[in-house]
Amino acid sequence: MTEPLLSVRGLTVEFPTRHGILTAVEDIDLDIMPGEVLGMVGESGAGKSMTGNAIIGLIEPPGRIARGEVLLKGQRIDNLPPDEMRAIRGRRIGMIFQDPLTSLNPLYRISDQLVETIRTHLPLSRDAALKRAIGLLDDVGIPDAARRIDDYPHQFSGGMRQRVVIALALCAEPDLVIADEPTTALDVSVQAQIIEVMKQLCAERGAAILLVTHDMGVIAETADRVAVMYAGRIAEIGPVRDVIKHAMHPYTAGLMGAIPRLGENLDRLSQIPGAMPRLSAIPQGCAFNPRCPRVMDRCRVDRPGLLEPVPGRRVACWLYPEEAQA
Amino acid sequence: MLAFIIRRLAQSVLVMLFVALIAFVIFRYVGDPIASMVGVETRLEDQEIMRDRLGLNDPAVIQFLRFVGNAMQGEFGISYRLQQPVTELILSRLPATIELAFASAMIALVFGVVLGVFTALKPKSLLSGAVMSASLIGVSLPTFLIGIGLIYIFSVELGWLPSFGRGEVVDLGWWRTGLLTETGLKSLILPAITLSLFQLTLIMRLVRAEMLEVLRTEYIRFARARGLTQRAINFGHALKNTLVPVITITGLQLGSVIAFAIVTETVFQWPGVGSLFITSVQVVDVPVMAAYLMFIALVFVLINLVVDILYFVVDPRLRVDGGSSGK
Repeated sequence: MTEPLLSVRGLTVEFPTRHGILTAVEDIDLDIMPGEVLGMVGESGAGKSMTGNAIIGLIEPPGRIARGEVLLKGQRIDNLPPDEMRAIRGRRIGMIFQDPLTSLNPLYRISDQLVETIRTHLPLSRDAALKRAIGLLDDVGIPDAARRIDDYPHQFSGGMRQRVVIALALCAEPDLVIADEPTTALDVSVQAQIIEVMKQLCAERGAAILLVTHDMGVIAETADRVAVMYAGRIAEIGPVRDVIKHAMHPYTAGLMGAIPRLGENLDRLSQIPGAMPRLSAIPQGCAFNPRCPRVMDRCRVDRPGLLEPVPGRRVACWLYPEEAQA
Repeated sequence: MLAFIIRRLAQSVLVMLFVALIAFVIFRYVGDPIASMVGVETRLEDQEIMRDRLGLNDPAVIQFLRFVGNAMQGEFGISYRLQQPVTELILSRLPATIELAFASAMIALVFGVVLGVFTALKPKSLLSGAVMSASLIGVSLPTFLIGIGLIYIFSVELGWLPSFGRGEVVDLGWWRTGLLTETGLKSLILPAITLSLFQLTLIMRLVRAEMLEVLRTEYIRFARARGLTQRAINFGHALKNTLVPVITITGLQLGSVIAFAIVTETVFQWPGVGSLFITSVQVVDVPVMAAYLMFIALVFVLINLVVDILYFVVDPRLRVDGGSSGK
């Protein structure tokens, strides 16, 4: 078995507040293989984006990584000095943000932002960097790249700007791209194109993707594996097809049941009763127990860890026999 | 952009005309110009003749147009007190005021931006706290008190710097400067600091607030995620975005630095336009007052114009031409 590109072990992110410590992300374990697309789904506030930010070392203070470690090709990166971490960002891990309208500095030309990023990470002359930048814009599908490169962000449409953002994230050929809801702010008609461009370019470069989204459809079409998050923890993780077809965790099953299907005639969509708890009021035991249709006594007391009842699939639920734990 | 400049120029002309109207009303109707010009022993008939010769019996509209026409040629009449052309008087005092205003604007801008950036980047450091507290003094103490305080410390107690006047000046023919002599430079220090202090704290607090705002934006986070150096982010991406509002305020403040140099010039007996204005007010030297009003208005209008044009230089979103698509 090949070595994972990125390993996250027991990652816990905490926010100290006046009313005590809030745990935004708790005990996250996941691996991303080279070239793999790992989807990460969950409701707002489930800790998806926070996990991405923690991996790249961009948690806003007072938030902090309280426990756990992040390993990039076996090297620990969560405790690096700021300057070494900075050199990894953009160079080995690229990031794409949600809103392309606000991700680009409005006062700088596209060319300046690209060249600046390229030259920060690669020893290239200005001309060479500019050439590379034009090539990148070409790759992400901006027509007439050589002419458009000297435009300012406001002269591009939202979809075009997200293409520029992708070019910026890829400009130093990172091994991993963290895409934090890359299509949420875009028109539905543009979303598919952006995902396609991102996926294709990463595949060409052998870069893995951590795709954070709440759109199950995007995950189904794009990801190899999916991690379902609930209240700051991973509920279930496994190959996309298996998870969609045979969800093991009742929460995942509820999510799948809530997706409308063509050809099906329903009076109303099924939904999971209740709402995800606030970080300050996570119930004892399994965080999902108040909403779970298959809740047992044990769920209200003990919190389940990630078990591996079937090889390659892990789930945090007491429904599955404990002895299967790896 | 050209259309914009032309429109702004037209607006400027309107503003100037309106100020001219006010200046004219003061000039013509505040007190009797003839009474100010003549002595007690001038006969009434002679006064009438003068009135007629100066055109003071013409309809007000004609007089106003004549006033504007003269003003456009830089002609504001004769000072009652000094019996010299007002324009000449103001021009002879102008270099002193401009040098003072420029020096203090520079101090305010440089220290204001540097301290503002520093306190924004290191909001929790002890030094930032000290600077922020000290800046409260700057905004809350009146200028004259600061001036007198500085004189007391640096002139009276320490004897390092002169307390009044402009020192030796060098006459360049059209400009008398104090910047080329040692005494001139020394004399400039205290009044420039006094005049700059308020603007300095204002700019500093503005830069700090704007900078804190910008550092929270998505594009700064994205710049971090791209692994740009801290320096490139803070001084390239963040600072440039804070500059737009800073330019406005600084520009307007430069106008008020010139306009309100009056207090500082009085405290330090600085021979500038402001002190000319104060002495003119004391003896109701109306032509000087009217001309001063016009002059200050002109300064403000010009600076506003420059500020508006600078926006275009800094912010590409305002340049309407040359873009294919937008929002």
